[in-house]
Amino acid sequence: MKVFSTLLDRLSYAPGRNSKLALLAAYFITTPDPDRGYALAALNEELNLGLQSRKLLLDLSQVHISEPLYRLSRDYVGDSAETLSLIWPDHGVAEAPRLSEVIAKIQHHPRQEIRGLVELWLNNLDVNGRWALLKLLTGAMRAGVSARLAKLALAQAFNKDVGQIEQIWHGLVPPYADLFAWLENRAALPDVGDAVIFRPVMLAHALEDKDLATLQPAAFQVEWKWDGIRVQITSSTAGTKLFSRSGDDISASFPDFQNEKFNATLDGELLVGHNGAVAPFQHLQQRLNRKTVSKKSLDEYPAFIRLYDALWIDGEDLRGLPLRERRARLQGWFDQTRPVRMDLSEIINVTERDKLTEIWSSTREEGIEGLMLKRLDSLYVSGRPRGLWWKWKRQPLTADCVLIYAQRGSGKRSSFYSDYTFAAWDESSSPRQLVPVGKAYSGFTDDELKKLDHFVRNHTTHKFGPVRQLEAKLVFEVAFDGIQLSNRHKSGVAMRFPRISRVRWDKPAAEADTVQGLLALASRPRNAAEI
Amino acid sequence: MITHGHSDHAHAGHESVLGTPETIAIMNLRLGAAAGKVQQALAYGETLQMGEVSITLVPAGHILGSAQVVMRHAGKTAVVSGDYKRRADPTCAPFEVVACDLFVTEATFALPVFRHETDAHEINKLLHSLELFSHRTHQIGVYGLGKCQRLITLLRQAGYTAPIWLHGAMKSMCDFYESRGFKLGTLKLVSEATDKLPGQIVLCPPASLGDRWSRRFADPLIGFASGWMRIRARARQRGVELPLIISDHADWPELVQTIKEVGAGEIWITHGREDALLLKCEELGLKARALALVGFEEEGE
Repeated sequence: MKVFSTLLDRLSYAPGRNSKLALLAAYFITTPDPDRGYALAALNEELNLGLQSRKLLLDLSQVHISEPLYRLSRDYVGDSAETLSLIWPDHGVAEAPRLSEVIAKIQHHPRQEIRGLVELWLNNLDVNGRWALLKLLTGAMRAGVSARLAKLALAQAFNKDVGQIEQIWHGLVPPYADLFAWLENRAALPDVGDAVIFRPVMLAHALEDKDLATLQPAAFQVEWKWDGIRVQITSSTAGTKLFSRSGDDISASFPDFQNEKFNATLDGELLVGHNGAVAPFQHLQQRLNRKTVSKKSLDEYPAFIRLYDALWIDGEDLRGLPLRERRARLQGWFDQTRPVRMDLSEIINVTERDKLTEIWSSTREEGIEGLMLKRLDSLYVSGRPRGLWWKWKRQPLTADCVLIYAQRGSGKRSSFYSDYTFAAWDESSSPRQLVPVGKAYSGFTDDELKKLDHFVRNHTTHKFGPVRQLEAKLVFEVAFDGIQLSNRHKSGVAMRFPRISRVRWDKPAAEADTVQGLLALASRPRNAAEI
Repeated sequence: MITHGHSDHAHAGHESVLGTPETIAIMNLRLGAAAGKVQQALAYGETLQMGEVSITLVPAGHILGSAQVVMRHAGKTAVVSGDYKRRADPTCAPFEVVACDLFVTEATFALPVFRHETDAHEINKLLHSLELFSHRTHQIGVYGLGKCQRLITLLRQAGYTAPIWLHGAMKSMCDFYESRGFKLGTLKLVSEATDKLPGQIVLCPPASLGDRWSRRFADPLIGFASGWMRIRARARQRGVELPLIISDHADWPELVQTIKEVGAGEIWITHGREDALLLKCEELGLKARALALVGFEEEGE
């Protein structure tokens, strides 16, 4: 635990990517199996210990201080595991278990004994050790190490190609002894066979004005940007699975596809709707993050996949082919297979920039999220390579709203008042009143955050626990991707992806927008296909 | 009555000021003519009668010259702590517990998460880092009055004899401490350096960390000596790679210990996170209230 907690501690303060890579590489080279494998899994947040860690932490938090004191502390620190590690008394460090022992014991002890076990470990660890242990138990390390960075560090440490690691990664399980054996040239590359595995997806960059200026539309395949979730469906003799874009297996939430049998790995957008007509995103939300799915929900909100790319077909890896050819192969496969719950993403025929801009401008009226531009000669590269794929989101809507509540942020923003609730004027009451219409946590710079934090502290009228009520004084220009009628909110509207586009230090609160104005935006049809 | 010389306590432009001789000297050094038209020095332990109230200043252990103000009237005693800490500090007199009926306490680090490490632990961390990264300048942010001189003295006590490099803003206060008999060893000004100071310790105001001034150093490793460094996010927000939890304020156990030791029936809480200490006083069965001081919510240490 000592070596692992030192690594985590250093990573958490390491200023840049290169110093993180160096720390990780040194750790992987010098630490034995299986500890390093478990550490790798933990950093990638792929180590599921099956604990109810929230409850466990809450129980432990009250061993030494009262609940209200813990809450104030948690609110200030912005991280439960860190808070608990800080308030736990120092007992003088005794023999601490190895990382692999901790994991083995948690996996093999009866559930009711876990708490006692953790308490004992906490007593034997110093503050860094406690923090690392609790982070491990929650499964959310947030050490500033992406899965990609950890793999890069492995590649650098053992002088291998990161691409090869990516290819087999999803067929491996912690503590990855076979992977390390190969990295140390003690064994061949692990064979993941025809297991139904996730293959890392290719992502698009957001298109900015400067990119648009130099872009040649003729070199691109242009498609609508659909408002669903990115998925990969893969099927072989071993079965059919659906993965999210980060590789989470979401097959259980979507049994819609379990009868689709084929031999391919395909890339597409998961949508909900009947006969290819896309339903609003809220309908899809009804289906997300469910462990079991009712028949009613399957009938009411049927899922389908709009395909746009193919990674493998009939045992052949297509990722080394340009998009133009992959698309032709996808078309051929589709015509032959005729899958029931899939269709093909439409290709928009456009070669001139003006025409392209015109189509993009119309996407709000069409109820589409924007456009996707993919280079016709792009190979399928995992990650987010620059200049190959672009997403061009429709212009956001904006409204001027008044800041009325603030709350401290967590993580990087810990201790700053960075979570804001804003309101619009409700003209239906007399005199008119400010009614909350949304919350935002982003869109401002670090310098603006400092000024906003200062504003909050100097304009507080009431404190309700961690929440501060503020004088109705400061106006935000809020940008949002859409607005929907909602009976769960007092204002009757719910914004999609609200963020602060500008802080209007100059604008009086009286001139902010009205709820009635926002309702008018919401009444516009969101999706032409739905009507 | 000024409890100590930090700028959030010793404001410029007073008509009359009363404080320890050290505090008055520090105010004169920092504020010049604005340090108060009429100045009255009261040494630790001396008593001054003001009408029906007798006033005594006793050490608060915060920085050189820092004092608690003890007021006695009609058999009752009230103590205003000012800022204070309980652990030993080689650059100032230790906090004295004065039994009282009313205790006005600071609350800068009044949350159970704040537990400062021992000085030795943190100094070792710094020395160990110097060994590990012997090519990098260790640039440490410190408050210029008190923390700076305390850190230097702790390093000297730990056997660190190399010159310690100072930002220009730290010089006059270090000279003042030297003139009061504190031995700070060899101090040099960064402006007089002839190389990029690899492997050296540089002390500077927190505001100079990571700014243009820092570009002169060899791959600078940013450190910060402050009680806030106990919280990871606070360190990361400032780009701190080497957090040193060295504070001139009482941590949570020290605050609770002090409240119990002074035996006051009533506690007033100011200067920081009052809510948690208020709760703790309730748990201890003590009458307590928070004093909201306008403009004192900034979290400077």
